[in-house]
Amino acid sequence: MAIHSVFIINKAGGLIYNRDYSTNIAKLSSNEALILAGTFHGIHALASRISPVSRSEGGKDTGIQTIDTANFRIHCYQTATGIKFIAVTDPSYMQLSDVLARMYGLYSDYALKNPFHNLEMPVRSELFDTKLQQLIQSS
Amino acid sequence: MAKQYRSIGEEVWKNKVEKVNAELFIFTYGSLVVQLIKDYEDYHSVNKQLDKLGYNIGVRLIDDILSRTNLEKCKDMRETAEVISKIGFRMFLNIAPSVSAWSADSKEFSLILDDNPLNDFCELPPRAVQGGLWYSNVLCGVVRGALEMVGLLVKVEFVRDVVRGDEVSEIRVRLEKVLDEEVPVGDD
Repeated sequence: MAIHSVFIINKAGGLIYNRDYSTNIAKLSSNEALILAGTFHGIHALASRISPVSRSEGGKDTGIQTIDTANFRIHCYQTATGIKFIAVTDPSYMQLSDVLARMYGLYSDYALKNPFHNLEMPVRSELFDTKLQQLIQSS
Repeated sequence: MAKQYRSIGEEVWKNKVEKVNAELFIFTYGSLVVQLIKDYEDYHSVNKQLDKLGYNIGVRLIDDILSRTNLEKCKDMRETAEVISKIGFRMFLNIAPSVSAWSADSKEFSLILDDNPLNDFCELPPRAVQGGLWYSNVLCGVVRGALEMVGLLVKVEFVRDVVRGDEVSEIRVRLEKVLDEEVPVGDD
């Protein structure tokens, strides 16, 4: 499987969901995962600040979309409401925004529509877990 | 531009949303309002509660819209108004209120609801009209909540409503403040 793990970060930089989907990667402790989320949120914000193209010139402020290394690639999709969907994949995965956009659909369906889900809080929904797993296996 | 939003809204309405029996929805809303009136015994508190309910709906519903439509960020309030009407209202109520009465600074506009499904079957008693009840006030909360999640702080209120005897139903929306994106949260 080429998608190793998925993170969802709320608009304040808090980690609200993370799952690993392959067994051969280093496990992050929950504390490390939180730090990763916070750090990514920070550099993402910085990236859109230092953009040489100003907003008024029609440049879109996307922040960081991918981070490449020799062994893996991090993809990020940020929604207009400030939620970030992040996936760690094999470097062969060039484009993942479709899958991440579909994750957004799942999130809005199975997390937000659950009346007992609190906004900005960790997603605890079995239905969401299952659907996300299916999505990742099929992509 | 407006035409494009119209077709997006119709596409989403036709193919991407679940439908529910309209009567069930109208009855549910009606009994909710009546129960609130019984509980609070004051129409202004009822308006406030409806607005709060709507807000809680709006902050969730915005992601539903965005995840289904793949919209670009709006450039100005005029574009936002079109999206609210042609996509937002279309997607959830299958109506598209007309946008009109812009203020000179383009920060304030009216949504004219020619047909408001919530009002079907509703006849307000004179007491409620005098007491100042805005029957569909939940809609104001929804718009406010949804826009707040994309960084637009707005004031939304009903100014006219057919069930109160006015000619049309009108919701007034005023942009108060645009929240800057990506501002790091405070250290505290």
